[in-house]
This record gives sequence, structure tokens and C-alpha cells, in this order.
Amino acid sequence: MAVPSPDSPVRTARITRVFIYLFLLLFALFYLLPFGIMLINSVKPLSEITGGNMIALPREWTIQPWLSAWSTAQIGVQPTGLRPYFINSMMMAFPAVILSTMVGALNGYVLTKWRFRGDTIIFGLLLFSCFIPFQIVLIPMARILGILQMAGTTQGLIMVHFVYGIGFTTLYFRNYYAAFPTELVRAAQIDGAGFFQIFWRILLPSSGPIIAVSFIWQFTNIWNDFLFGASFASGGAAPMTVALNNLVNSSTGVREYNVHFAGAIMAAGPTLLVYIVAGRYFVRGLMSGSVKG
Amino acid sequence: MGFLDIDNVTKSYGAVQVLHRVDITVEEGEFLVLVGPSGCGKSTLLNMIAGLEGISSGEVRIKGRVMNGVHPSRRNIAMVFQSYALYPNMTVGKNITFGLEMHGIPKPERDKAMRNVAQLLQIEHLLDRKPGQLSGGQRQRVAMGRALVRNPDVFLFDEPLSNLDAKLRVDMRIEIKKLHQRLGTTIVYVTHDQIEAMTLSTRIAVMFDGHVQQLGTPKEIYDSPANLFVATFMGSPAMNVLPVRLEDRNGVLHALLTGADGQERALAMPHAPAACAAYKDTEVLLGIRPEAITDPEGADRNARTIQPMTNRVTVIEPAGADTFVTMVLSGRDCIARMRADASVEPGRDFDFAINMDKAVLFDPKTQTRIA
Repeated sequence: MAVPSPDSPVRTARITRVFIYLFLLLFALFYLLPFGIMLINSVKPLSEITGGNMIALPREWTIQPWLSAWSTAQIGVQPTGLRPYFINSMMMAFPAVILSTMVGALNGYVLTKWRFRGDTIIFGLLLFSCFIPFQIVLIPMARILGILQMAGTTQGLIMVHFVYGIGFTTLYFRNYYAAFPTELVRAAQIDGAGFFQIFWRILLPSSGPIIAVSFIWQFTNIWNDFLFGASFASGGAAPMTVALNNLVNSSTGVREYNVHFAGAIMAAGPTLLVYIVAGRYFVRGLMSGSVKG
Repeated sequence: MGFLDIDNVTKSYGAVQVLHRVDITVEEGEFLVLVGPSGCGKSTLLNMIAGLEGISSGEVRIKGRVMNGVHPSRRNIAMVFQSYALYPNMTVGKNITFGLEMHGIPKPERDKAMRNVAQLLQIEHLLDRKPGQLSGGQRQRVAMGRALVRNPDVFLFDEPLSNLDAKLRVDMRIEIKKLHQRLGTTIVYVTHDQIEAMTLSTRIAVMFDGHVQQLGTPKEIYDSPANLFVATFMGSPAMNVLPVRLEDRNGVLHALLTGADGQERALAMPHAPAACAAYKDTEVLLGIRPEAITDPEGADRNARTIQPMTNRVTVIEPAGADTFVTMVLSGRDCIARMRADASVEPGRDFDFAINMDKAVLFDPKTQTRIA
């Protein structure tokens, strides 16, 4: 009685489960394959790669390609490695992410808790900005950066990404705050808290999940952007993505594939790290809209 | 001029008027309950007193000071919300003192006020917890503590008990009443629950459709409802409303209705208001509360006019303390409230005693009470 017969629901469920896990494992390996190839080739001497041995594990392990990519590789005309450009990207991404998240949070707060005539139209327009392709804003943006004398600088890039990100961050925060109980805002008003006090003391402390979403989304997009970086920041101010492209395209004789692989992993590293560290908040933040209290 | 004056106040959203000329004066220490079904404008009125909604015309005055356009935090009011609206990121203690902090009161004073209030409401052991770790009743107490600590002129309650389960609601109702008796504060309380309105208030404003239908003490509202809406809204089970014909028999006004057997029943009304004479030989509506229809032994001994009536019983509902008896009168269901041990059986004739002192008559056209 206690032992299920071969075709009992429990047993078939277990078999199905095994198949599902096998299937998922297979796909996970498949998707990891390119990254695996990059990783093993970045710790190989160049001779092993040019010898036609791309899939195999290195016979001789070396971190020389990583050191080279970081500090000595030829980027354009200078043998600086990727390091200054990595710093450029950091200097660009963090301010742009923080600024756009802050403005998005403020917009979401106003659009949900301080409704005014025409607020839905304003929100509609902001939402529309999410769907404008990068290419369309290139020339107007170049003109504006020129007028502001920010062309070709990291500050210019910060501004481009900041402005471009407001649409997305506003969308996130508006939807999150729409489910935030308005009675809390009213209670705070009666308690005597002002516009910014309510924002700082009541709303922001409860916004952890959506701040994580906004941060991940903005950081990934801004870090990975190539078009704006290539268009508005040249030479020493270029971000990591542009520098990686220059690294791969700068030919001084042999193509050092192992160095290229190491550089590519460096360029992808921060976004990978952000997702691994904060990824679970991303899903949680997108799912949660309400504050239990 | 009262403590809180609501003087000819209206509210419109564009062309839609949601509140029509509300005129209420609340004295210091009064417990005014605004009661009515959803959408009657009671919460809007409360929000206007709080300053959370603008006033389209008229004036709200607290202690004689005009409040129109004054920021909520400068009206010296405190509000308890239906969802309690406790700040989820702050501890209970912080929740209670947040308002004081915003008003620039130094920390030692804040802490002293917090301890006093916590002691009063018996929430001292909760001060370091977050609202998420509290039960419904505890949250309710904290919300009241947050209101009390400000020592406001007027307390505003917006359906504070409707998120609690039935038993807790009764407990908290008594707590609120005790608190009011002890502190003698002025309270405006919004609810859709007529029992809360009856038990808590010193005066009730029954609202419907943006109008105050009647303003009076619970007894006035219950015994002398101004119109059919008030009569049927207040009281559970609702007042029976029966179409009757008024007739003069030997100089005494009688209400004529038909029993379950199709025969006429005549109920004498010697103490009917004088205005009823004008309705002689016409159809009016007779309002009679279930507890005014009893068995002859259960009838009120102090009543001036008890009328006997025999009628067929349709359904009986024993409810523990009382037994509710349904019969058909003038083609409508009529509910009587009996003692639990009254020997009533469905399908049989039963001798009822009707306390005609408690009967009220309504004009069928205007639906107002004939008085």
C-alpha cells in the first residue's frame, strides 16, 4: 500500500522532474559555453590559440594576457591597457545611475502622490522617451553637448545617460509608488512633514527593491552602451566598451586573441557582478509593488 | 459658535457636487459620528476638516479660527486612518513621535510624551517593534497613540475599526469609548457601521447622497427618524416599513393593513402626531421597529398604546438572545423581535402585541416623517 505502483502520480512526477532538470542543465551549459571559451583562452599563451587549440584547456596556465589587457595593451595609439578606460566607465556609470535613479524616484513620487492637471500626459511623454531609439537623438544631443561645451568629455556622457535614463526610472518608480498607500502620505502631512521630508523619511526607506531594479537596469545599460560612448567621447575620455573595440582593432602585427578575451571579460565583469550580487532583488522588485504595513 | 463649526460647507469636483451645504456645530468634548453608506460624502467631509481636501464653499472653523486653506499640520488636529497608515520603516516609538519631531519639539519632551501615551494605551512593550510585526489590534492602538501624542483640539477617525475582525472590533469600540470618557476630547468619527454610530456617539449625522439627512442624538435618530432613509439605515434588523391606510374610527386614528390571511387589521394610534389628521383616508407608510412587535408577555409595560394583532408566522430565526419572527403584513415581510423563549411556531397563527408608541408614519411622496 505504501509503495507507489510504477505508474502512480508520484513516480511519474519524479521522472518528469529528472528530465526537466537534465534539460535545464544542458541549456545552462550551452549558454555558458561562449563564456567558458573566453575564460580558458584568456589564460592561455597565444601560441596555443594560434596552434588551433581553442576548445581545450590550456597546457600552460598564464595570467599574462590579463595583465597585458589591463595595463600595457595598445589602445588606439597609446599602450595604456584598459585601466584608464575602465575608470572612465566607472566615473560615467555611477553618477549617471545615481542621478537618473534619484530624479526617477522624485518623478514617481510627484506623479503618484502630488497629482496635478496633465500629470498623465507628462507621464505618457516620459514613457514615450523609453521607446526613442538611440540613433534619433544622436545629432540633437551632439548639438546640445556642443552648446554646453561638454562634447568629448565624461561629464557629457554622464548627462546623456542621465537624461536618457529618466524615462525608464520614472516608469519604475511611478508604478512602485502607485501601489504605495496614499494614506501614509496624508498621515505624514498631518504630522507636519513637508514635500521632501515625506520623500526622504517615508517613501525612500521603503523603496529598496525598486531602487535595486533601477540601479541594475541603469548600470547595465549605461556600462554596456557603445553608441553614445563612441559618438560623444573620444580619445582619453572613451568608456570601456569603446576602448575594448579599439583594443581588438589596434593591430601591431599579431592579433593577441588571449588579450582580447581577457579584455572582453573585464568589460563584461561589472555588469555580471551587479547581476549576481543584486539579481534576486531585480525579480523581487519587479514583482513587488505594495508595502505591507 | 461651537468648538468645531462646519458652516454651509460644499464640495464639488468640476460640475459634480458631492457635498451639499453641510451645517454642523460640534461642542467641545462631543463625539460626533458621520454615518452613511459608501459614497455618501462622509469621508470627503472628514478630509475637508483635516485639510486633505479643499473646501469648495463655506467655512470650517476650529475654536473660531477659519481653517480654509490652512495646512493640515497647522490645524491642531490628528487623524486615525482606516489602514492605520503606520510608517512601515519606523519603529512604533518613532511612529508616535514623528509628528512631534516634525513640529520641532526637543527629544526629551518627545520621549516623555511617547511614554505617557504608550502607558495610556498599554503599548509600552511594543515601542521598539516595526508595524509589520504587530497584530491588527496593536496597530490600531499605535495609530491612536500617534494621534493622542499631539494633544490635538479635534480627533478625526476614518473608519478605524473596519479592518479588524468582529470580536476585536467590539473590544476596540469599548476602548475608544473609554478613552473619550476619560480624556473628554472632541472627536469626529466616520463609519458605515450603524452600531458603531449608535454606541459611540453623543450625536450622529446620518448622511446620504451628499446631504446630511438628520443630525441628532442616537435616541432621536433611532426613535424619531427624519425620513425613510434614516429609519431603514439605522437599526438591525431594519425598521419594518408597511403601506397602511389611515382612518378615523370614533375619533381615534387607526392604521389599516392586511394580514397574511387577506383580512384587515386595524391598529389604533391615539397618540399619533397632530399632523397625521391631514393624511386621513390616504395611504401612508407605517414604520415600526422589530422590537416594538413582541408577544403579549414581552410587551413594554410603560407603553401607552399596545395593540394586539393575530397573524400567521412565516419563518422564525432563533438568534440566541432573541428570536426573530417573520410574517407577512400588507404584502411585505415584517420582522418581530421576541424573547428567546417565546413559543412561536412557523405556519401557525400567533398573537402579537404591537407598541404603537414607537410607530412612526412617513409621507409616501416626500418620504419624510409626518410629525
